[in-house]
Amino acid sequence: MPLRRMQTLINHTLAAAVSLIMFIPIYLVIVNSLKTKAEASSMSAGLPTLLQWENFATVIERGKLVTAFGNSVLYAVGATLIGTTVAALAAYVLSRNRTRFNRFVYFFLIMGIAMPTNFVTLMKVMQMTHLINTQLGIILLYAASSIPFSVFLIYAFISTIPRELDEAAIIDGCNPFRLFFSVIYPLLTPVLVTAGVLNLLGIWNEFLLPLYYLNSSAYWPMTLAVYNFFGQFQADWSLVSADIVLTILPVIIIYLFAQRFILAGMTAGSVKG
Amino acid sequence: MKSSMKSRAYPLYFAGGALALYLLFYVLPSVMGFYYAFTDWNSYSSEVNFIGLENFKLIFTSGAGQNYMHFVRNTVIFTVATILLKTAIALGLAVLLTNGIRHLAYFHRVVMYLPAVLPMLVVSLVFKSILNPATGLLNTFLRSVGLDFMAQRWLVDVNWALPSVIGVDTWRGIGYIMVIMIAGLQAIPKDYYEAAAIDGASAFASFRRITLPLMMPVLTVTTVLNLLYGLKVFDIVFVLTNGGPGRATDTVYTAIFDEFSKGRYGVATTLSTLLFLIMIILGYFVIRLMHQEAEE
Repeated sequence: MPLRRMQTLINHTLAAAVSLIMFIPIYLVIVNSLKTKAEASSMSAGLPTLLQWENFATVIERGKLVTAFGNSVLYAVGATLIGTTVAALAAYVLSRNRTRFNRFVYFFLIMGIAMPTNFVTLMKVMQMTHLINTQLGIILLYAASSIPFSVFLIYAFISTIPRELDEAAIIDGCNPFRLFFSVIYPLLTPVLVTAGVLNLLGIWNEFLLPLYYLNSSAYWPMTLAVYNFFGQFQADWSLVSADIVLTILPVIIIYLFAQRFILAGMTAGSVKG
Repeated sequence: MKSSMKSRAYPLYFAGGALALYLLFYVLPSVMGFYYAFTDWNSYSSEVNFIGLENFKLIFTSGAGQNYMHFVRNTVIFTVATILLKTAIALGLAVLLTNGIRHLAYFHRVVMYLPAVLPMLVVSLVFKSILNPATGLLNTFLRSVGLDFMAQRWLVDVNWALPSVIGVDTWRGIGYIMVIMIAGLQAIPKDYYEAAAIDGASAFASFRRITLPLMMPVLTVTTVLNLLYGLKVFDIVFVLTNGGPGRATDTVYTAIFDEFSKGRYGVATTLSTLLFLIMIILGYFVIRLMHQEAEE
């Protein structure tokens, strides 16, 4: 049927066009990161005449990206581990023992999904606790910010683990810690990976909390380094692009490897079954 | 299990870590906000005085040059426009990738979701260059295909700045909404469409009579997600225009940051607290909704 073929062709063209539009910015930063300063001045879509690999060496050195990369890894991994672990522990007891009070605690925690942050008074809290301008402070802040959504995701997952497992373990004499860490925790792996990856990417991409609560440039993560670099070298899009490529490379790699988990988390709670 | 056994097997102190972090960094600042909203707290003096409803009066009566209602208006326009655009485009794309094409559908889904995992900062910086009136890719493209009249001064034109920000945010957000909608579409049994086709229903009729009604719960959730996001929008505006030109794209959150950076902590906190109240009321309904969906 030619009409049907025509329709399929139109559909494919449409999908390809949209995908192209979605990919343009990434394409732009990649080609411009390899151009000279003059070539990249208008951030055009043309290919570089001669590949300028040294742009990367320049930004790594001038943008102090080695330190920034280390900081980003420290914040993202540290906060994800702390946040996901405390969220799993909380979701577990709240899901298993649904008393009236526990249900209230659960709702109270996931209310944070909607709650806006009051940055002004949060600064006061950071000062009072002496966590302002410390790496520990930013890790705890990120861990806290990941809790509401993680609790929500994990809570729903725990309902699917049969209670008989708990009962058998208790009869065998497991204490609460062993019950959780030896029996339940391993079964939570899929949801913990989903929550973990989402938190990791979210924290890696964020730049406001460090902007306001970390003054020392030695503590800055990758995103803030980009922001600062852009301020300094606004005219030099080749260097800014190279910096951006280095910042988004880990994100894209993690995304491509973990997309199934990411998509699972994104749709959880939005669509049944 | 008996309830005494339950509380022994599932001790509440397991929730202690999460509760402590949440209370300290989320709840405490919000509660403190209610107190400081009634004070003249600022960066110039160490004294904090109680000034009653002065901050609220300032916000709602909006004196010369400081039109707070203007930020509210921008925020509402941004929120409504992004909800409509993202929902319509994402639904179209979701249908296209679910029913329209078979080959490469997964590939396209991965590419279209990509903007959602990129840092907002990076997205905004790159679009700043794409939307540059003189040298940007968009205007260069429009001129090269003879559409010069469509080339605007995007982010630097008072009338085009807000639509441009809305456009960039839509670009970034549709992949996320689309992925949720695809999951919803896949849950609709194929037999419904087959039965409709046998009865001679057109593609449009089966979209209207089958897809739309069955997608209502999913559309509600995506609308709510977009709503919560829109009202809190900050970083994309902050990097793209920082509220400018003039104050053409200022939203509630950028206004809070503006007050914050000027050292007017009292006013900033009052705005924050008002936003908090609105979000909490909305959040209550949202969470009931999400919980209901997850339980069923």
